Amino acid sequence: MATEDWIQDLPPHEYKYGFTTEIEAETAPPGLNEDIIRLISAKKNEPAFMLEWRLKAYHHWLTMQEPQWAKIHHPPIDYQAIVYYSAPKTERRPKSLAEVDPLLLATYRKLGIPLSEQEVLTGVAVDAVFDSVSVATTYKEHLAKLGIIFCAFSEAVQNHPELVQKHLGTVVPYSDNFFASLNSAVFSDGSFCYIPKGVRCPMELSTYFRINAPRIGQFERTLIVAEEGSYVSYLEGCTAPMRAEHQLHAAVVELIALDRAQIKYATVQNWYPGDSEGQGGIYNFVTKRGICAGVDSRISWTQVEVGSAITWKYPSVVLRGDNSIGEFYSVALTTHRQQADTGTKMIHIGRNTRSTIVSKGISAGYAQNTYRGLVHILRKATGCRNYTQCHSLLLGDRCGAHTFPSIAVHNASSQVEHEASTTKIGEDQIFYCRQRGLSAEDAVSLIVNGFCHEVFRELPMEFAVEAQKLLNVRLEGTVG
Amino acid sequence: MAGRATCPDLRREDCAMKDIGLVTDLYRSELSRFERQVAGTTPAWMQQLRQAAGARFADLGFPTTHHEEWTHTDVTSIVEIPFTPAGRRPDIAKAELESVVSWVGPVHQLTFVNGHFSSSLSSLKLLPHGVIAESLADSCTIVPNLLEPHLGRYAQHKDHAFVALNTAFLKDGAFIYLPPKMVVEEPILVMFVSCPNGKATISHPRVLIVAGPSSRAAVLESYVGLKDDLYFTNAVTELVLGEEAELDHHLLQQESQAAYHIATLAVHQGRRSRFTSHSLAIGSALDRSEVRALLADEGITCTLRGVYAATGRQHVDIHTRIEHAKPRCMSQQLYKGILSGHASGVFNGRILVRQDAHKTDARQTNNNLLLSEHAAIHTTPQLEIFADDVKCTHGATVGQLDRDVLFYLRSRGIDLENARRLMTHVFGGELIRLITHEMIRNRFTELLSQWTSHTYSESLTA
Repeated sequence: MATEDWIQDLPPHEYKYGFTTEIEAETAPPGLNEDIIRLISAKKNEPAFMLEWRLKAYHHWLTMQEPQWAKIHHPPIDYQAIVYYSAPKTERRPKSLAEVDPLLLATYRKLGIPLSEQEVLTGVAVDAVFDSVSVATTYKEHLAKLGIIFCAFSEAVQNHPELVQKHLGTVVPYSDNFFASLNSAVFSDGSFCYIPKGVRCPMELSTYFRINAPRIGQFERTLIVAEEGSYVSYLEGCTAPMRAEHQLHAAVVELIALDRAQIKYATVQNWYPGDSEGQGGIYNFVTKRGICAGVDSRISWTQVEVGSAITWKYPSVVLRGDNSIGEFYSVALTTHRQQADTGTKMIHIGRNTRSTIVSKGISAGYAQNTYRGLVHILRKATGCRNYTQCHSLLLGDRCGAHTFPSIAVHNASSQVEHEASTTKIGEDQIFYCRQRGLSAEDAVSLIVNGFCHEVFRELPMEFAVEAQKLLNVRLEGTVG
Repeated sequence: MAGRATCPDLRREDCAMKDIGLVTDLYRSELSRFERQVAGTTPAWMQQLRQAAGARFADLGFPTTHHEEWTHTDVTSIVEIPFTPAGRRPDIAKAELESVVSWVGPVHQLTFVNGHFSSSLSSLKLLPHGVIAESLADSCTIVPNLLEPHLGRYAQHKDHAFVALNTAFLKDGAFIYLPPKMVVEEPILVMFVSCPNGKATISHPRVLIVAGPSSRAAVLESYVGLKDDLYFTNAVTELVLGEEAELDHHLLQQESQAAYHIATLAVHQGRRSRFTSHSLAIGSALDRSEVRALLADEGITCTLRGVYAATGRQHVDIHTRIEHAKPRCMSQQLYKGILSGHASGVFNGRILVRQDAHKTDARQTNNNLLLSEHAAIHTTPQLEIFADDVKCTHGATVGQLDRDVLFYLRSRGIDLENARRLMTHVFGGELIRLITHEMIRNRFTELLSQWTSHTYSESLTA
């Protein structure tokens, strides 16, 4: 039987996380102007430097135009129709889980992250971000003993303004790009993480993001600073409920690794992808960048992108410190009418810097999946090394897979290798699996998981299991 | 200029755009003069083609580095130098020519000097009956029906300013026609010689090759400059292969070290045809070569192989685009770059697989050798795939000479300088070895070997 036939026979899969939570929210009127920014800043009780920075970003954003170069298509976004601030209406910050709105907690349970249980069982400290305000932060005391700061961004602004002022915008300046500027002007909350000198963070830090109120654009900002010789592994997971209209998600993530520090950043992105006809879904336009500022430092990005109507992001590493290492591992799965334009940038500035890029793209239905990357080795960055591989798997004859890597080498002592391939799922492989008694669906799932193994290996254990399940669930409706 | 004076706060890019606008005007007046000159001497359809292309060029203007396809190749100097159309040079001596290009053995040769056909420097006596290899202007009057369906149909002037410019000045060039089932064993040479004699000149060489069904031939297209002359060659070659036709195309770019060379090779392949291209680019200050192949029917094989070598302040830019439009075609690209001195290179290869092009097998490899601290390479291999039953791969590497191999050679008594030269030559020679025609293969090998020797001796004295 031809692959296409049994693909079409399979039942459509439903988005498991498509529920909404009815919680009273405090919401600003839609639209963007200086007053809204002042309102956000005032609501957050921010110091003057924050407001100043937001306004600078806003004025810069006004001079910019939405970029058009990506291989994605969508109707124009009306930036004046977006709600830039929405917070669950609570009188004060809860001190423990018992004080948190039970409806909220129920939402998280449906997502499979019961905070109360996870606290004990998995040893993961979760900073759950519900729309724009951080609701509950666990394990904070334990981390505080080590001098680790892991809190909501708004809290960091209150309690550690000097750290925020020192590092905010140093990796992704407010003028960086259209969406980063927009984020800088209006970001509502996010996570802040500071690992002091020589400390190895004993647990995986994790944040779950949720977009809840209708018509709200989620503008997260994450800042992670790893001081000399420290280590941290950070997980970010996203799920969003089902909504008819498109929602914009323009987050910014900044990572700073000083001498001999190591940051591992993992993402499982499962925003609502829209229905099979391409109605609804999240626009995920994110700027993620890390800087290996110190010698021997190391940053690695691992991402599993299965959701969003459109994913458009390039987690990058600026390798400034000598001997620093940048890594990028990615799985991007697009089904139905999803579009993904993702990849990475590795900028080699320091000597003997190394980078590895492993990208796996899977495209099914009418989806378009693009890898776009840049490896740039500067003249003085001698002795550098890059290895890139990006492979694409096509499931169905109406989808597309595209590869646009760009390599620029400016000295004669660096080595760069790039390889890419695009193939369809092997019919002989499927035949072999089915002959051994596996259903077509299981066979595809097995092959796809094997295809992604190199990337899943980089994820922390719990996430790897979740990612694999997620992939299977997402494949169910489209390919089996 | 007046516009700039009244608008002092105009941004730099805007000024550049304005200048390009002025230059485009200059070309336009040049063009109307040209039109008056050739009025009535060419058929009406050709005139229409020229006019359409001229209008298109005026709309497009010269590309800037803001243009995605031209990000790494800056043509500002081409825009700034006031090139004038190259005149006839009947006085060029055969001896002078032979000092630069020496071909051994009997060859069919078409020679053009500054874009004009030179019958005295050409020899075409031995071609089989039915084969046409002559000046395009002549064919236009003798066999217009063979030209009209093809000329200007494959090299699209709609989205390419330089193709539009070439087409706007279209009058002469080379025309090669192979009747069905005709086999020509000896390669046909088409040589474009530029000798501007002191003035910066521009020429627009044009080649049209029509290979009838089941025909087979080999063509060598060669661009030569005589001294360190300053000139601009803006070439367009169109190739159309009928069903089961086989064509080996060779391109040799040996322009003078100060010259600008921009060339587009457009290939249109019919069912089960086989096209192979070998190129060697060693000359010119700025070289931008494009290959666009359309695999328009089933069962086609298309192979592109090229070596580009640059030193000093040379800039070389290779753009390829292979479009798989129909099922069961195979394409293979292998390009190797050697960059020394302050040279910069660009490789941009694109494989496009259309929705219905199932069972496509497309491969692309780009290897680059950086020999000096100041050389740079930008390589962008691209895959754009809209069909699922395909096998497409690409790979790109940038590196240096292998130290272990160098050590091995030195341990066998070969000095460092010679070991390096040997390895560099082998790196590029690997591709040249695959050329089937002995005479062309030897010539390419000799030129590459000369280039490596020259480059290494230069780096020693520097």
